[in-house]
Amino acid sequence: MKYITEFRSKEIVSRLADQIRYISKRPVRFMEVCGGHTMAIRKFGIPSLLPDNIDLLSGPGCPVCVSSNLFIDKAVAYSRLDDVIITTFGDLIRIPGSTSSLDNEKANGSDVRMVYSTLDALNVARKNPDKKVIFLGIGFETTAPTSAIAILKANAENLENFFLYSSHKVMPPAMEALIDEGVNLNGYIAPGHVSAITGSGIYKLIPDKFGLGCVISGFEPVDLLQSIYMLVRQYETNSPKVEIQYKRVVTPEGNVKAQAIMNEVFELRDDWWRGLGILRNSGFGLRKKYERFDAEKMLDVEVEVTVEPKGCICGEILKGVKKPSDCKLFGEPCSPANPVGACMVSNEGSCHAYYRYNE
Amino acid sequence: MNKNPEKVILLGHGSGGKLSHDLIRDIFVKYFHNKILSEQTDSACLPGAGEEIAFTTDSYVVDPIFFPGGNIGKLAVCGTVNDLAVSGAIPQYLSASFIIEEGFSMKDLEKIVSTMAEESRKAGVKIVTGDTKVINKGKCDKLFINTSGVGYLSREHHPISAGSKIAPGDKIIVSGSVGDHGVAVLSARENMSFSVNLKSDCASLNKMIWSALNISTGIRFMRDATRGGLATVLCEISETRRLGIEIDEENIPVKSSVQSACEIFGYDPLYMANEGKVVMVVDPADADKVLDTLRQDTLGKQASIIGEITEKHPAKVILKTGIGGRRIVDMLTGEQLPRIC
Repeated sequence: MKYITEFRSKEIVSRLADQIRYISKRPVRFMEVCGGHTMAIRKFGIPSLLPDNIDLLSGPGCPVCVSSNLFIDKAVAYSRLDDVIITTFGDLIRIPGSTSSLDNEKANGSDVRMVYSTLDALNVARKNPDKKVIFLGIGFETTAPTSAIAILKANAENLENFFLYSSHKVMPPAMEALIDEGVNLNGYIAPGHVSAITGSGIYKLIPDKFGLGCVISGFEPVDLLQSIYMLVRQYETNSPKVEIQYKRVVTPEGNVKAQAIMNEVFELRDDWWRGLGILRNSGFGLRKKYERFDAEKMLDVEVEVTVEPKGCICGEILKGVKKPSDCKLFGEPCSPANPVGACMVSNEGSCHAYYRYNE
Repeated sequence: MNKNPEKVILLGHGSGGKLSHDLIRDIFVKYFHNKILSEQTDSACLPGAGEEIAFTTDSYVVDPIFFPGGNIGKLAVCGTVNDLAVSGAIPQYLSASFIIEEGFSMKDLEKIVSTMAEESRKAGVKIVTGDTKVINKGKCDKLFINTSGVGYLSREHHPISAGSKIAPGDKIIVSGSVGDHGVAVLSARENMSFSVNLKSDCASLNKMIWSALNISTGIRFMRDATRGGLATVLCEISETRRLGIEIDEENIPVKSSVQSACEIFGYDPLYMANEGKVVMVVDPADADKVLDTLRQDTLGKQASIIGEITEKHPAKVILKTGIGGRRIVDMLTGEQLPRIC
């Protein structure tokens, strides 16, 4: 078992596509919430295998895309301080803020370092005791535990120069808000890695309150097609529920240890989402007892006035109301080389995925 | 703050993708403009008496300078030899310039230089001139090497470097598995906590290429797929020739270790660097013959026909995915970045 080739088998994929065609009678619209799913769906050319009555929409699951420009603006402002080193996952470096990006600041002399894990960021802090090392915490329940563990380690070591600037968010409030707003949907392809941490319980309201199906999916072609098959079956038999397709990774209870670490370090707070506005209890802020590691509380910085890009319909796209190709800026002038909005830059952004992979 | 901050060079401008192409067009070609340069081929073809001369240059700045399967010196020889060879030339002479950081280990320098000597012998070229500069500590990263090279180019091979004879129906061959060098170097970086049993494919391809040129007059274009990987080469071909390309993912050789590392980091092997792989566009009548010849060489054992040139969808590269779907392959904007989650 290699966990790659088996899940990319042409034969199984084509059998699943046939079965979907066989059971799918009515037009349906499913949303893949997670940016990783959007990327995989486009990269493998999944839509070209589906019957015309099945429409896939990408949702608010690209962490950078749903964050405000303010997040980048503030990171840029921090990076301009003489005694600060910014550590971040690579994806954030090129994201445009109101007037600059970390990429740009780096070229102008700021110390911005790409790390592969939060533990690397801690190492940077240990090696540079005379600098303040800020880690840009971004992502959903998938990456939040890794930020949390870094805080616990920093706390245990009494590392005084490590700070987290948190933009961590939680997924379910956005999924519920979309349905509340009346976005036309028939089911969710629910995020695989978020669910690996949280378990499947967090989606309970989606069938119970809103009557929509929810299948937690893996990221390979066979996973995605099987999940679509399960959603179609739920829809055609009118039996919405939460199902786990990605059983090799996701359990109903999730990763209890990671949940405990997250709870220890973070508390829920209201947070702003592009396209959805402020959602109650949708973001993770550091608890008071870990305040000394909170960049926003401990490091004062003047941030430029945030300007959201003109004409960019990222918000509508993240809600699944519009597709990237509906945007007047798509392709020209907005492209990965010259991005207007975050959705065109991030590896998980739907505009980026459409630009890169759609014929 | 200034609403129109001064434009500066970003790392992406050196990545071989779209930003690099824009930079070359908007700055270098704009000011240096001349007929030879505007061809923008791997080697410049210089008119000579009788035979022509191919001339090329490249600078090497790899981090780390020692990696599984080679070092910066081996790269500096192979890279320049390959740039000449893919132009259809027979590489002859190289120059070697060293920009060295103060404090650099003499032992390491000797190791690198001896590798260069060994690789030049293998490739059948001579390093005939050079230069040394030493820079204050901290002002450059250990060691940078520039090599230039010249080779003989017969008139019949002149059209190869610009690919002017590429036609619909031509087959596309890649000489072996893609992404080996990119992943090998990545795995050697000190902050990477993964290891793979993989070596860089860094090698001089001139002998293998020459045997292919000897058995076929149908080789229309060649390029070594270095920075930016196989995908970038294909995008360059389809864009400059205004022709479409269709490739089949199933036929593109990728080592399982490369595939796995790419899965973990969210990279695409098609964009990972190679230092010992040539992409050829070949007359369909000669494709099998060329493939057989490549496969007889140890460097081309896994050579494969991966697709063809088409009149459909000009300037677009379409990939038939392993599961039977279709998608486009576009040039990368900057460097590939690992994903967040």
